[in-house]
Amino acid sequence: MTGAERRALFTTMLRVRRFEERCVELYSAGTIHGFLHLCIGEEAVAAGVLAALGPEDGVVSTYREHGHALARGIPMESLFAEMFGRTTGCSGGRGGSMHLFDASRRFYGGNAIVAGGIPVAVGLALADRLRGRDRVTACLFGDGAFAEGEFHESINLAALWRLPLVFLCENNRYAMGTALARSHAETDLALRAGSYGVRSWAADGMDAVAVQEATELAADTARAGAGPCFLELRTYRFRAHSMYDADRYRDRTELEAWRARDPVELAAAALAADGLLDDAGRKELEEAVGREIDDAVRAAGAAPLEPVEDLTRFVTTATEDGS
Amino acid sequence: MTATAGIRTVTFREAFREGLREALATDERVFLMGEDVGRYGGCFAVSQGLLEEFGEERVRDTPLSESAFVGAGIGAALGGTRPIVEIMTVNFALLALDQIVNNAATLRHMSGGQFSVPLVLRIPTGPGRQLGAQHSHTLEGWFAHVPGLRVVAPATHADARGMLAAALVDPDPVLIFEQIGLYGVRGELSVDAGPVDLDGAAVRQRGTDVSVVAYGGTLAPALDAAAELAAEGVSAEVVDLRALRPLDSSTVLESVSRTHRLVVVDNAWRSGGPGAEVVARVAELALDQLDAPVERVGAVEVPVPYPRHLEEAALPSASQVAAAARRAVG
Ligand SMILES: Cc1ncc(C[n+]2csc(CCOP(=O)(O)OP(=O)(O)O)c2C)c(N)n1
Ligand SMILES: [Mg+2]
Repeated sequence: MTGAERRALFTTMLRVRRFEERCVELYSAGTIHGFLHLCIGEEAVAAGVLAALGPEDGVVSTYREHGHALARGIPMESLFAEMFGRTTGCSGGRGGSMHLFDASRRFYGGNAIVAGGIPVAVGLALADRLRGRDRVTACLFGDGAFAEGEFHESINLAALWRLPLVFLCENNRYAMGTALARSHAETDLALRAGSYGVRSWAADGMDAVAVQEATELAADTARAGAGPCFLELRTYRFRAHSMYDADRYRDRTELEAWRARDPVELAAAALAADGLLDDAGRKELEEAVGREIDDAVRAAGAAPLEPVEDLTRFVTTATEDGS
Repeated sequence: MTATAGIRTVTFREAFREGLREALATDERVFLMGEDVGRYGGCFAVSQGLLEEFGEERVRDTPLSESAFVGAGIGAALGGTRPIVEIMTVNFALLALDQIVNNAATLRHMSGGQFSVPLVLRIPTGPGRQLGAQHSHTLEGWFAHVPGLRVVAPATHADARGMLAAALVDPDPVLIFEQIGLYGVRGELSVDAGPVDLDGAAVRQRGTDVSVVAYGGTLAPALDAAAELAAEGVSAEVVDLRALRPLDSSTVLESVSRTHRLVVVDNAWRSGGPGAEVVARVAELALDQLDAPVERVGAVEVPVPYPRHLEEAALPSASQVAAAARRAVG
């Protein structure tokens, strides 16, 4: 991988990290509402996976999708605006944090039902096959989702039909308060996925370079007609499940051990070691990201709210009186 | 929890927890299972402390596998235990619909009465927290559509405390819909509160001019509306359905036969909901008692939007109930 590519990965991770930190502040200030699930600690997955995809490929994600959306290129301003409930939000303000959509970037959301997006990803890949298009669909979900029937039904279907699909399991070792080993009798998820007749392996989810390379291989394989691939990306969330979660179920020493492998700082150190990023360069980048966030928050905050009269817009089957 | 002369003040959360603790303590066949009910203490902290008190065999954390653990609850009920299965919220009950509708509801009938399913499902429900369309469903009415299921919607502290014990005695499946928005709400509860009847609506406030029929999450706005109306000299009677199946028409009919005016209130979309069923029964059995067209208050038929102003516009409110009652009274 070139130095420029590695720097790009780092820049994406830094943007995601600082974006998420600003979300915490905005949530505490009462500007963002509802559920807010942050991906702090998991930035290497977002940066690496999305860097491996082309603009024509499709992406299906979960409620923990800010990083995926940013790395896909959705502008910060439209993400903040979405969380502020403004019309300039990427979903017109109707979805909020868990429902980020962007048709122009083939970003199919933002699904808040665990595993709910996975069958849809199978269908997107099926449509590509039927229409003879040379592209893949990337489907992101968590280790908790791996326990749902929808996942198992979907991977079997995709494998059976050899669809151009990449299953990307973001294994952060917890499903809300339940640790991996309390949800799964066999915790080697890549091993289990392999039993469906797909190529399946695990990668270090704290290393953006490793994630990107693994995703490229998986996407190339799927694109070449060899059927879907499954990638287990081993990572960790540094913060609570959501802003509602008191995070009392984890051992602090476990958290600290993972923090020692902070994906943003790991990448920074590796770049520095290779002479690709010095202190001045880092400072410059931090300032640029800070300005990007400030500008985006300001613009999003100035955007209009949707008029109440438009409430039933986008509902084609409301009863005659609209209520 | 504070106590004065036989009455104490508790939250709905505490009332539900007290029911759970009593059930686990008094019947060794009873166990609780669901996502994050144990170590985490429940998504809404209802089962906090129960794992420590009763151990992992009887307070069981499940993986994210709604269809499997609800179905396992049915099997465990067939096998002679008394499972209480918590589905984290009604939104996720959709993944277990097959087990609930095709197995729990039908086994007694299909087996010619050989089997019954003494299963209790606890299902938190209710919109209004800016959680967006997928996390704001109100689907109690869907389940109430199905013969074979008993569906209750506790809206008072006494019902929150006492419906579980009655549900566990029932030999057939009972779905208890707990209002998420009420968990933190305090109210009075007798020190010796215990089981309550599962069937039967209750008149929560006597009145003479108009009958307001509510349940679950709409009882509070209905009572607020009644207070607002009282200040204007309109006397509203508030009926709490309590159970959506079987539906107690007689309490509603009796009320309407005195007030001659009817307002029904749903948190759900109006089409085909419990309020619609109430209106249909009044139309069938007591149309001649009505002196004014029926008024219906419910959610606007749109997936619940995220922004606060649109969410508020989409959901029913006390002022809408009061306005509907004023129209009915004329
Ligand atoms: C079907 C379903 N069940 C339960 C929930 C509540 N819930 C939301 S996220 C979550 C944990 C999911 O864990 P995982 O798949 O590992 O993703 P992570 O949150 O760790 O990114 C749970 C239980 C839900 N949204 N959908
Ligand atoms: Mg997880």
